[in-house]
Amino acid sequence: MNAVEMGHGSGGTLMEELIQRIRSVFSSSYLDQGLDSAILPPVDGKLAFTTDSFVVRPLFFPGGDIGKLAVCGTVNDLSVVGATARYLSSSLILEEGLPLETLDRVISSMAAAAREAGVEIVTGDTKVVEKGHGDGVFITTAGLGSIREGIDLSGALLSPGDVLIVSGSLGDHAMTILGLRESLGFASALTSDCAPLNGMIKALLDSKAEPLFMRDITRGGLAAVLCELAALRAAALEVEEDALPLRDEVRALGELLGIDPLSMANEGKILVAVRESRADAALAALRAHRYGRDARAIGRVVALGAEGVRMRTSSGGMRRVTRPYAEKLPRIC
Amino acid sequence: MCLAMPMKVVEIYKAESGIAGGAGGGGAEGVGEFGGVRRKVSFQLLEKVELGDYVLVHAGFAIAVVDEEDARETIDAMDEACIDG
Amino acid sequence: MAEPTRSPAHEEFRRRDLVLSLSERIAEKAEGLGPLRIMHVCGTHERSINRFGIRGLLPGCVKVIAGPGCPVCVCPVSDIAAARKIAKVPSVILATFGDMLTVPAPDGSLQSARSEGADIRIVYSAADALELARSESGREVVFFSVGFETTVAPTAAIVASLAGRPQKNFSLIVSNRVVPEALELICSSPELSIDGFILPGHVSVIIGSDAYLPLARDRKIPCAVVGFESVDLLAGILDLLEQIRSGIAVVANSYSRAVLSGGNAKAKAFIAKVFEPCDAVWRGMGVLPGTGLSLRSEYSAYDAISKFGVKVGTEDEGVPEGCLCPLVMTGQREPEQCPHFGRACRPENPVGPCMVSDEGTCKIRIEFGDAG
Repeated sequence: MNAVEMGHGSGGTLMEELIQRIRSVFSSSYLDQGLDSAILPPVDGKLAFTTDSFVVRPLFFPGGDIGKLAVCGTVNDLSVVGATARYLSSSLILEEGLPLETLDRVISSMAAAAREAGVEIVTGDTKVVEKGHGDGVFITTAGLGSIREGIDLSGALLSPGDVLIVSGSLGDHAMTILGLRESLGFASALTSDCAPLNGMIKALLDSKAEPLFMRDITRGGLAAVLCELAALRAAALEVEEDALPLRDEVRALGELLGIDPLSMANEGKILVAVRESRADAALAALRAHRYGRDARAIGRVVALGAEGVRMRTSSGGMRRVTRPYAEKLPRIC
Repeated sequence: MCLAMPMKVVEIYKAESGIAGGAGGGGAEGVGEFGGVRRKVSFQLLEKVELGDYVLVHAGFAIAVVDEEDARETIDAMDEACIDG
Repeated sequence: MAEPTRSPAHEEFRRRDLVLSLSERIAEKAEGLGPLRIMHVCGTHERSINRFGIRGLLPGCVKVIAGPGCPVCVCPVSDIAAARKIAKVPSVILATFGDMLTVPAPDGSLQSARSEGADIRIVYSAADALELARSESGREVVFFSVGFETTVAPTAAIVASLAGRPQKNFSLIVSNRVVPEALELICSSPELSIDGFILPGHVSVIIGSDAYLPLARDRKIPCAVVGFESVDLLAGILDLLEQIRSGIAVVANSYSRAVLSGGNAKAKAFIAKVFEPCDAVWRGMGVLPGTGLSLRSEYSAYDAISKFGVKVGTEDEGVPEGCLCPLVMTGQREPEQCPHFGRACRPENPVGPCMVSDEGTCKIRIEFGDAG
């Protein structure tokens, strides 16, 4: 038997076999206990708790897969609020007929990402749905972390003059997926930037940068994050198009498909705001890390009290940046 | 109306049964590249095309060869006019 | 070291120093000319203008107005209704451009037809649709053909290829429109008072700059064929101002690196071979004579409307109540002057077609706005 069957979800020995298969790859002492809930040691300070579901198509793409995405996404959600990511849960909904070899790849990828991030997958669940009622694999992860003392990344202390920094090139993930999923006939060496950022964020928090605001740049791209910040603090923000780090291929696909890279998702980048005097320290800390090599200062907080995001275009004229309404479909005419 | 970007012709091949192959085996196809992104392109709407040409591509079809010399002359004229103020 | 694959010339047309210098020269030329209204008729031009912040670089007396440059926006309700009807036939796969999916229509959009079970798929060209027909031999693939001449040319090449290699399960709903006749009709509206036209660069690649000679010669309106980069736009506007200052009206070719006076002969030949002009409804603007295309009789087997025996109304059913799209599209209102703009009408819940299409003036404005 080399594919997932309905029996794998129905609580008998077949399901036990599947669960064992998964457990052996995740290799967590908590999982091995086989309890209905993982009983974890107490943590100091406040808890951060997050959850996300992953339904990406295709399952595997240059730079990652649904498994890596799931682990990194949850680790990053914890890290950007100033939490040290510790424990993850993993719920899988598998479609009948999914080759077990595919499942193995996804699970291994999750385990590898968890290892890199230094987190443990301590509990999980597996369900099977009939063929045609799922897209191979859906993953839901939840994560627990402990908040670092004295960190406030909410943006409450934002002031005019503060510098906005992104940790690297924008739009990589979405452009990679879009190119593949929509069968547009484009080929490029572009890869998703899916990565666990807790190491890089720790380096930033340990440095003299003292970030005031942090978000990971995911759905909706940088545009969404900037608009959220502007709304949160009634802030007028200004960014420079020429300062945006963009891979050639992302820029090119954006032009070819009529899509603004600002609105395209990443899966391994953050936006931070720091005091102007700390900008150099922030850039140095990010650039010293493998996931922050292309960090760049891209703009600043201009004023508080008048919400809006503007961009000075490469041509020198100004345009507005708005929150994208939905995943863009490439236009033709 | 129409998004078309200049892509460099990096490959030209005759399409036997490609979509744009058309009747009687006519219709060249090839590959265009722009900023590291490659795409299959039909040259069926062009009189002639050579490797290294830059073509405007719309809906997978090249609609014009960009006249690089003309472009340079246009820019040069603008540069001159700017100096003259 | 890989050779650069960006056209060097292309890059020059975004140079900031040229942009600044051109905008200074425009300000000089515009002095003393009074308020000027320059109209473009291309959604991609509107997008470029907003993306580069062009309006903010112009003096207050020079207004660039968006004209009817969105083929999705002008697609008549009757065509959408016909597409919905055909899409609901069980054997049919309707292949359409993504923009068309959510265009609102009284009986529902294509998207609502899809949620009611119709098999509707997004494609990026007629070539994609034909490929679909070849791979889905048991189904009927119908391509909803929308777009101006730039898109008509590849579509015509695809249809022409069917003569030598027929595809029985492939047909088209032809809802294409052509530009020059539409421009004539805009000129006939005295209330519009257009001082100059920015002509669509890529349509002009196909049809040639000579196609607009009657506008300049008979209507005496200065024209410039313009490309899509920031320098292109400003150079084109400058040329129009120079014409206005000198009291002349010609068709200047500011996109000469891509546009010939006679256009693309091969593309024009394909279009003429496959299509013939007809009268057509522009949604909200009524019937504009000679602005539509229909398949010539030799290709009638590929006409989906006759193949599926659908009746298509010839009236303009207009736009939803309170929607100002027709006025926005003919430059009589700015999007911001529509009471629904940004309130009841947003991309996520559009009232009219201009808020749906990526070429729609309202959608573009709400996205990039006027950042001055």
